[in-house]
Amino acid sequence: MDFWKICRKNLWVCGLALGMMFLGLGAAQGDFGVIFKKAVMICLECIGIG
Amino acid sequence: MGSGEKMGKNLRLKIQILFTIFTNGYVYGFLNGKIYQGKLKYACVPGLNCYSCPGAVGSCPLGALQALLNQRNFQVPFGVLGVFFLFGSILGRFICGWLCPFGLVQDLFHKIPLFRKRKRLPFHAVLKYGKYLTLVLLVCVGSLFLFGGFAKAPAFCKYLCPSGTFFGAIPLLTGNQMLRSQAGGLFLWKGVVLLGLLVLSVKIYRPFCQYLCPLGAIYGWFNRFSLVQIHWEEERCIACKACEKACPVGLSPKEISHSPECIRCGRCIPACPVKCLHFSQAVDNSCKFEYNKGK
Repeated sequence: MDFWKICRKNLWVCGLALGMMFLGLGAAQGDFGVIFKKAVMICLECIGIG
Repeated sequence: MGSGEKMGKNLRLKIQILFTIFTNGYVYGFLNGKIYQGKLKYACVPGLNCYSCPGAVGSCPLGALQALLNQRNFQVPFGVLGVFFLFGSILGRFICGWLCPFGLVQDLFHKIPLFRKRKRLPFHAVLKYGKYLTLVLLVCVGSLFLFGGFAKAPAFCKYLCPSGTFFGAIPLLTGNQMLRSQAGGLFLWKGVVLLGLLVLSVKIYRPFCQYLCPLGAIYGWFNRFSLVQIHWEEERCIACKACEKACPVGLSPKEISHSPECIRCGRCIPACPVKCLHFSQAVDNSCKFEYNKGK
């Protein structure tokens, strides 16, 4: 199997690694706190009131 | 319909229902018109699942993305990008086909025996790009600049998201008198959007997923290389087009393996008379598992 075919087949691993890295960066800059604050209040826009 | 096809379809329906219950299992919220406020909401679920649904135990990834874009100081929303890469790299649009609660709703409406069923809308080739337009205009640009003046509004949730109306607004407004008294023109607009999409779902297969869903646009990008794949053995194919007929969105076998439109529902697999389509893992095709055992 040629090199590029192997690379393409394993792209998902790169995606996974990138995902982990982004999650870490997101956690470091406090993204999950922002998401939590938004998610525990009733989102008036989402339900068509705000 | 063969027994394998029926078994696969039932398996998917069961998983869709179980996952919807699993991610919306906060019964107290439904009974009291309130939402879950526990720590699980730090995490995002993979599918379009409004976090204002009284039963929702996790956050919606699109709502979360807009919440991050709505912040005063712009930062790259790494947290949600991580969620997209994580779920997308493993599952791709398998999430749409098997795990999305609003996908399930559309599937159920499509089962209603009214109208002659169609796979696609006219001008599908152009309309399918609507989901990318929604992603750019409503989710990204809309949340950053357009609405409400440098806008602290999640534009997609506010003006379009039918999942928010179906899973959030209807149960919340039913159980909460105070919220019900505040509903006005915007709620009416969102109700019309939801109703239109549900009626369209009876005739067309998943119109929201095919033409409008920004989450589908994002996960579709991962379809080419995600771990979960549908593998097509070209050399064994007899070009009978049975898979194309069985595909709810009308994809050819060549497209099925990599198209961003494929939601990995797997209907093509038991339809193939020579079994040249199967679920597989991107790492090694010998790891394929049989989806059509019952046939």
